[in-house]
Amino acid sequence: MKIVIRLAAILFSVLIASVAYAADTPHVSHLDVGKGGQCVEEPQLMRKIHMNLLKHQRDETMRKGIRGQKYSLAECIECHASTKTNSVLGSKEAFCQGCHEYAAVKLDCFECHSNKRKVVVEASK
Amino acid sequence: MNEIKLEPQPNLNRRDFLTKSSIGLAGLAIAPGMMLFDLAYARPLGEPASNNVRWGMLIDNNQCETGCNDCVTACNAENGLAGGTKATDSQWIRKVQLKDKLTGHVSSLPMMCQHCENPPCVDVCPTQASFKRADGIVLVDKHICIGCRYCVMACPYQARSFVHEVLIDQKTEVPRGKGTVESCTMCVHRIDKGETTACAEACSKAGHNAILFGDLNDPESAISKRIRAVASSQVRADLGLNTGVRYEGI
Repeated sequence: MKIVIRLAAILFSVLIASVAYAADTPHVSHLDVGKGGQCVEEPQLMRKIHMNLLKHQRDETMRKGIRGQKYSLAECIECHASTKTNSVLGSKEAFCQGCHEYAAVKLDCFECHSNKRKVVVEASK
Repeated sequence: MNEIKLEPQPNLNRRDFLTKSSIGLAGLAIAPGMMLFDLAYARPLGEPASNNVRWGMLIDNNQCETGCNDCVTACNAENGLAGGTKATDSQWIRKVQLKDKLTGHVSSLPMMCQHCENPPCVDVCPTQASFKRADGIVLVDKHICIGCRYCVMACPYQARSFVHEVLIDQKTEVPRGKGTVESCTMCVHRIDKGETTACAEACSKAGHNAILFGDLNDPESAISKRIRAVASSQVRADLGLNTGVRYEGI
């Protein structure tokens, strides 16, 4: 009986340790944040609701012609496209593709929208 | 553009002649190197398009040169179109050749979305993806277009194209994608910045000045003055669509 309890304790501690390890090192590989810098909202908020912000604004821009608002897909790409490839797609490190692959969420934007930064930044040498 | 004034006008006295000339001339240029279409103003950022404005174009068939394709090339470059002319290729603007069978006179004109006031493409769209913006520009909201192509069938000008293949390297300002319908946007991204359309710009760069872009609602705009001064017509005016694109000399 004692052995069983001891085994259970060991198993439990191993489980806890592995969960803690998983939390420390997420499966998503290191994302290339591109130019980065100050985002239009807090990063934690952006992770959760960037799609809502984009969807809300896309209708206003498309239907009403309101331009130059705070949230814009082109601006996402402007900051977050890789400085090497100028794109938010193309690899597991790419800002949009990397995270969407990790989260297993289909990324439709770039079937129509450009995934490239408009003003090409000199590749970091 | 101003040849109408050069024709003999026996019924005009001197005063009338001067008044009418000045109306016509105002459409050309206000200073050397400064065309009136530059005066198209940009809305302040963050403001929606207003129905005080109605964007339109006047195409002067007499100035349009047969064989010149500059407007089409400029449109393709501006909007990232491949420029193919197969039935399955997207064509937002194309040159149409007209021949008068009686006289043998051949002329050509650019044909594109006519940006109707009562657009049939909007009427038939089952998802309301095809819509008319407040300033009269007819667009497709590709986010909700299901690619049914009713609008392609409904358009009397055959102005709409369907994207059959996966596209890459679209322009940032002109999103386009497989499975959606598209057509001339009257360079909406340029107009919102206060610029003119790519085709009008290319036409004046080629020296033809056959495309005049402007606000049809502003009585002082070059296009309004011009359509007041000379006879212009709509293609298939019998349909009562009140097109935003008008033609002169057809």
